[in-house]
Amino acid sequence: MNYIAIGNNSTIAISDIPEIVYDDFFKLNTELVANHPERHCVNYFGYNYGERIKLICCIADDNSHEIFVSSCLVSPTDTLKAFTSKLLCFEKFEREIHENFGIGFSGHPWLKPVRYSFNRNDKTKTIANYPFFKIESEELHEVGVGPIHAGVIEPGHFRFICNGEQILHLEIQLGYQHRGIEQLFIEKKRLLERTTLAESIAGDTVIGHTTAFSNIWESLCEFERTRDIDFSRTLALELERIAIHTGDLSAVCTDIAYQLGSSVFGRLRTPIINFMQEWGGNRLSKGFVRPGRNQFPFTPELGKRLALVLDAFERDFDEMNTELFKLPSALSRFERTGVVPSADILSIGAVGMAARMSKLNRDIRQSHPFGLYPELQHQPIIKHHGDVYSRVQIRKEEVKQSIGYVRKLIKNIPEPNTKPFKLKTPNPNSFTLSLVEGWRGEICHCAITDSKGELILYKIKDPSFHNWLALALAVRNNEISDFPICNKSFNLSYCGHDL
Amino acid sequence: MLDNIKILYHQGKQFIPNVTTAEVPGIFRGRPIISLEKVNEAELQELCPVNAISINPVSIDLGKCTFCGECAMRFPNKIRFTKDYKISTNERTSLIVKEGEDKLVEVNPEMVRKEIHKVFGRSLKLRQVSAAGDNSCEWELNAANNVQFDMGRFGIEFVASPRHADGIVITGPISENMAEPLQICYDAVPEPKIIVLVGTDAISGGITGNSPAVDRSFLNKYPIDLYIPGNPAHPLTIINGFLDLTRKRKSKK
Repeated sequence: MNYIAIGNNSTIAISDIPEIVYDDFFKLNTELVANHPERHCVNYFGYNYGERIKLICCIADDNSHEIFVSSCLVSPTDTLKAFTSKLLCFEKFEREIHENFGIGFSGHPWLKPVRYSFNRNDKTKTIANYPFFKIESEELHEVGVGPIHAGVIEPGHFRFICNGEQILHLEIQLGYQHRGIEQLFIEKKRLLERTTLAESIAGDTVIGHTTAFSNIWESLCEFERTRDIDFSRTLALELERIAIHTGDLSAVCTDIAYQLGSSVFGRLRTPIINFMQEWGGNRLSKGFVRPGRNQFPFTPELGKRLALVLDAFERDFDEMNTELFKLPSALSRFERTGVVPSADILSIGAVGMAARMSKLNRDIRQSHPFGLYPELQHQPIIKHHGDVYSRVQIRKEEVKQSIGYVRKLIKNIPEPNTKPFKLKTPNPNSFTLSLVEGWRGEICHCAITDSKGELILYKIKDPSFHNWLALALAVRNNEISDFPICNKSFNLSYCGHDL
Repeated sequence: MLDNIKILYHQGKQFIPNVTTAEVPGIFRGRPIISLEKVNEAELQELCPVNAISINPVSIDLGKCTFCGECAMRFPNKIRFTKDYKISTNERTSLIVKEGEDKLVEVNPEMVRKEIHKVFGRSLKLRQVSAAGDNSCEWELNAANNVQFDMGRFGIEFVASPRHADGIVITGPISENMAEPLQICYDAVPEPKIIVLVGTDAISGGITGNSPAVDRSFLNKYPIDLYIPGNPAHPLTIINGFLDLTRKRKSKK
């Protein structure tokens, strides 16, 4: 066997990962993924290993619920045959490895910088000189947007090539949000510092990312989670999904100039995040998830409160949706706008909601369940058209589904565990991988420890890392005036991508 | 049409009538109060993930604090977070809460530049620049403009161009990659103009402040007109901060 199959959140010795020569590594991983829509790459990265670079590739199999991990030692001066020459879904991973270590990849279409990280290999490349794709033609013009956007949102630069009002091509340049988070995970040694870092990866996915970090840490320390911990995290993750999806429905309505929908969905987000504050003291759930403990036990009183909040929420949510989905002026803006066909979604390796809106069933809650999801028997919501309409529908239906899960969960509130927690030091020379289905999609964190149990690598992958390319494809041949609604219908993370 | 009116009727009045006195639900962590009780101060100081706690005397810097509440959980008799969300100020030192003091964090009207009252007293248009913010303060700035908090009723709004703005609102620790765009944006705002920092990340750099990927030199060049702390800042902290800056008058002598 030239790979090892592991489960979600399991810790293995780093020496258990088979190390193979690059030709075998190439063949293994590309063959695992090619013509297997149930498999995709959840993480592929390198790290310094003496004078050389160790590459680790993790392919998840949704049917067998396993993750296949393999590794390969290469030199920074090598030029390797790019996985991307066979499969486009490895495109960004290889760009990142090239940017960080200078390893060359032959047959890769565009080895452009991913995020201009502070510790990149080639400092002569700067964010102000990004090599945009260009088409020379007198009929075409370019439109540049950003890095600072018109609204109150994060920075990123979008470069459109347009023929009149029609978009021919969009290239998205990111990196403005880069804070060096992965490096800080190594440098900051205290657990609370690292947990706070995990909360800052993406402030709109605090539960998602902090759950991934906590699950990794607990696995490294061989900590057995009590039921109340998993209960709180699962419940909070679903509430986060409800809140952000509802906010996104508001944003989509804003972009089609539907004031009523924008106001109603916008205000409906408030009771959900205010409930998170009632429960944990912070509207965006900061300070909530902590490795090894459940510091805000969910009480029966909170359960009663939450049931009331959801009843009031659902009534208004349903009424507004009924109206929105029969409004011709809204439907004409949603339907057949920003289509990404399922073949494209598969080839770029999209995950989460961006995959499910175009027939591709990718949902960690079903394929690699964690927390209390095995009991919930989650069935992902799949749409088929790949357009804005499908993405809006997914949000509406996932909110309803999550409300159902929350109601089911709070019927049976576990007793809080009052025993004092004690976390051991992390296992030495170990590798752990954690997958969490946040509201955007699959979050993947990986950790490697040294002989003393200290972190030597912490690798974070937000679903946006895969999905930004889906947005670039979605807007092709659409009018440039439809760009905002396409963008909001994905609502991808800048800071989660840039780290 | 009738359905739309029905929805409006069902929604009723959503706005918070008085944003200066509204109470926040649950266990909000706002302005802390530190008692004079003797505790293991070294342990307390070591606990904080962002070194916001100093000793001799024990104090918490709200410009650094992530409001995680860990210190209050470990030393409940020493530190207590109140539900007081009015913690915005124009003086950096006012953000430092000392033991034995139960003092409000306020805007000092004596220190507000006089053109701010004169020019922006009834209308303030702002350009928001997210400089490596994690999208939490950005969410809350947007929430401050929703139908419930409705900051627009006070004439305070976000605009799409620096040319239309009276100042900039910065979130995030300011990454190296955002330093130049931020400077360009600030330069494009006409005088007189203000700078507002929203959130712990912007005020002190927060948990990522000492990262080599962060460049905070912009902040050394200009005076800061308002600090709005929080992780993220609560919409009521944001609105009250702006109201105090633009409307709170000097005491008549």
